[in-house]
Amino acid sequence: MNQYETVIGLEVHVELSTESKIFCGCSTKFGGSPNSNICPVCVGMPGAMPVLNKKVVEYALAAAIALDCKINKNIIFDRKNYFYPDLPKGFQISQFYLPIAENGKITINTENGVKIIGIREIHIEEDAGKLVHDTAGNRSFIDFNRAGIPLIEIVSKPDIRSAAEAVAYLEKLKMIMTYLGVSDCKMQEGSLRVDINLSVRKAGDNRLGTRTEIKNLNSFKAVLRAIESESKRQIELLKEGKEIIRETRRWDDSKNISIRMRTKEETQDYCYFIEPDLGPIEIFEDWIKEIKSSMPELRDEKIIRYQKEYKLSEYDARVLTSSKKIADLFEKTEDLCKMPKEVANWLMVEGMRVINEKGMDADELNVQPAGLSKLILMVEEGKINRTVAKEMFEKVFLENIDPEEYVKEHNLGLISDENMLRDLVQAVLDENPKSVSDYKSGKTKAFGFLVGQTMKAVKGQADPMLVNKILTELLNG
Amino acid sequence: MQEITSISALELANKIKRREISVAEVVKAQLEIIYKREPIYNSYITVMEKEALSQALIVQKRINDKELDDSPLAGVTVAVKDNICTKDTRTTCASKILRDFIPSYDATVIEKLKNAGLIIIGKTNLDEFAMGDSTRTSYFGETKNPWNIKHTPGGSSGGSASAVAAEEAHVSLGTDTGGSIRQPSAYCGLVGFKPTYGAVSRFGLVPFASSLDQIGPISRNVSDCTALLEIISGHDPKDSTTVGQKSFLYRQYLIDDIKGMKIGVPKPFFEENMEEDVRKHFIMALETFKDMGAQVEIFNFEEVKYCVQVYQVISCAEAFSNLSRYDGVKFGHRADEYANLVEVYKKSRGEGFGYEVKRRIMLGAFVLSKGNYETYYNKARKIRRLICEAYDKAFERYDIILSPETLKTAPPLTEKKSSSPKKSTSLTLNSSVNLAGLPAASIPCGKDKNGMPIGLQIVGKRLGEKDIIRAAYAFEQARPCLRPDLI
Repeated sequence: MNQYETVIGLEVHVELSTESKIFCGCSTKFGGSPNSNICPVCVGMPGAMPVLNKKVVEYALAAAIALDCKINKNIIFDRKNYFYPDLPKGFQISQFYLPIAENGKITINTENGVKIIGIREIHIEEDAGKLVHDTAGNRSFIDFNRAGIPLIEIVSKPDIRSAAEAVAYLEKLKMIMTYLGVSDCKMQEGSLRVDINLSVRKAGDNRLGTRTEIKNLNSFKAVLRAIESESKRQIELLKEGKEIIRETRRWDDSKNISIRMRTKEETQDYCYFIEPDLGPIEIFEDWIKEIKSSMPELRDEKIIRYQKEYKLSEYDARVLTSSKKIADLFEKTEDLCKMPKEVANWLMVEGMRVINEKGMDADELNVQPAGLSKLILMVEEGKINRTVAKEMFEKVFLENIDPEEYVKEHNLGLISDENMLRDLVQAVLDENPKSVSDYKSGKTKAFGFLVGQTMKAVKGQADPMLVNKILTELLNG
Repeated sequence: MQEITSISALELANKIKRREISVAEVVKAQLEIIYKREPIYNSYITVMEKEALSQALIVQKRINDKELDDSPLAGVTVAVKDNICTKDTRTTCASKILRDFIPSYDATVIEKLKNAGLIIIGKTNLDEFAMGDSTRTSYFGETKNPWNIKHTPGGSSGGSASAVAAEEAHVSLGTDTGGSIRQPSAYCGLVGFKPTYGAVSRFGLVPFASSLDQIGPISRNVSDCTALLEIISGHDPKDSTTVGQKSFLYRQYLIDDIKGMKIGVPKPFFEENMEEDVRKHFIMALETFKDMGAQVEIFNFEEVKYCVQVYQVISCAEAFSNLSRYDGVKFGHRADEYANLVEVYKKSRGEGFGYEVKRRIMLGAFVLSKGNYETYYNKARKIRRLICEAYDKAFERYDIILSPETLKTAPPLTEKKSSSPKKSTSLTLNSSVNLAGLPAASIPCGKDKNGMPIGLQIVGKRLGEKDIIRAAYAFEQARPCLRPDLI
């Protein structure tokens, strides 16, 4: 296997999370009933005209800045002409001749250390509708809710060499997009879709081999398997002395194989030309500056800051920033209780445990920082013990309970009234005269027994330190 | 009764304002004329009788409530070319493929007409998708020229011109991609105005060639035309190619004074092979301008030599793409029988489009295809830029540029059908104006020996509508418009 090298370039479609569509005012909300978010513009009725959503440009620019791209001075759109029922106008408005940004990069961590993957270009385009087939009725329907949802396509250079690198690249890309807030990157909803361009060559050969394209993968697992399978298929062909045909393939995840869709000869001529209904838009230097200054802090910056500002270890900083949701939760909670180490520990130990146990995605979390902060403060102030706190953490994490009210309701608080506790301890002493006399005769082990009896009597709801103190006073008094 | 439909639109609007006549009376009189004359002229694809009568009552109330005091044309009837979308009224583009298409929205110009209290009386005939110069490619049959029904009214806005000439409407809206407002206006002895690209919203105009199309007014005199232009002009948030200015005031330029105005006449236009009567009247028109105190100068303008070829390439490329949406899937004609998806497309489009439209779609696909893009489309774009620059240079010296609107008067309907650009007599004179996005009007300047009207084209600089209006108004004072003998 080692004598062959796999060369991979990825095209990633990222749905931007703007409120409205790219060329009209329709909502981009996912999951509405079919054709509920449509208008004459996004279904391409005669005479309807596109008006560019400024937010789309700003999101694309933020992505371009985060990926270290060269930004072009003008935004020009082109029409990509082809027929398909989900394409309402008979053309897709995209950027072909001049993408919004070019020549960027992403740094990834691989088993051989840090590696830079080049970004060839980022361009803006509109999404198409969705076909729904009623196989029983031999009919098809079209849902245009998705038509006109803004996308950016991020095209990498052929710098990726393995399935693992591809996944590392995608994870990093997803992280950057979610950190920027330009996309939710929910793959199950199609917010992030991947096309793979793959070729193989003999190790040491500088020329690129004939490549194939595998279209529309919507999970990282599928990307991983598709790359492994296609790489193997191509190497086997070469070993048998056969030729690789330039073609587009479709990945069948259930069968774990890719299937030929069309060869290069069959590819369409899209007759690209400039979109006359959208004049060129100039990107002023000030506009880029404005976007830069309002851009959120990215993960790499956070990792450094967490170590400096919160005195956390690099490892802790990495874990806490592995999802923007967790990082945000950490920062907001810390801001309320001012105990970075405690917050970090709770999130990393208990938080990660809950996420793993429930098989959740950190991005799905909806925890109130106020609840978490209260919980941590209550432990620190000795109002609850750690066992109770751990039990409550899950409820704070998943159900957003108010810890103070919950403690009151379920009577979980520690007995903080010293006089009341003193009476309780006295009662324990009165019930255990033998232990008291044992202790007084020098058998110190009896002290431990008396602590245990007290804790039992208060059902654990007392600060053991305080119990110790009162016991010592009463026994020696 | 005849008088209601014959007098100028502005005059009629004043009568309505003074309560000398009601809007309903106007509409009824207009409908009566339409039903009498339509069997002869065929100006309309759809007459909007019911809508017009109910609108009449609404507009009358708004006039009574003094809501429309500022509108110069409240209560006047307007005919609209049938490639401009009207909510709940079919908009066919004179094509089989859209014969039953009913838009769910009004074009922005329609909204503006309604706001200004005009009554939309019907949708007028055109060449299929505005591709042609005679209305002959219409699915609904050709329109006749009211000056002589044996002649074409021109096109593609032939129905809009014929309706106004035949007094089937007071004013109308046409669209102009390569002369489609100006040429029929010239053939029908009318004033037709193609505004600066972007001065009037195209939202709701079914596109032929998006970078060339513009909506504009057609009328029987310069003042009516100016009033209507004022109503439809201005920025539209729904059309990104419109200019920033919210509205325009044009009527203040209706003044009979052009002393010192600098007029350029491009030599190539002047040298074209034009009919003797056209040449004679054009020279007479230049003399009239000189007599009024303007300076007239002939200048070289070689750049326009290629404008027809450039126009063909760019307009067909854009049309090819713009017409892709008529695929039989969502709306419009769908073939009755088909075995698969590709057949839905092939049959629906094959049956739905006429010959000329298909020819242009094919041409457009050709000039955009791989290998041809650089040779044709991109080269055409480069020459287009040169034409724009040449116009810019000319307008450093001149306020307006004059030429005959067409080289010949309206040809007889019996003349052999031809879509070859070389034989399209007006295309050379007209298309360069669309390529450069400039405003231009056609105004009547006489009649040929057969009594057919001759048009004079006035081209202005970008957003130089006011210069055109001044020149046209002054000329009209010196040489009043003529009217045909109507049935």
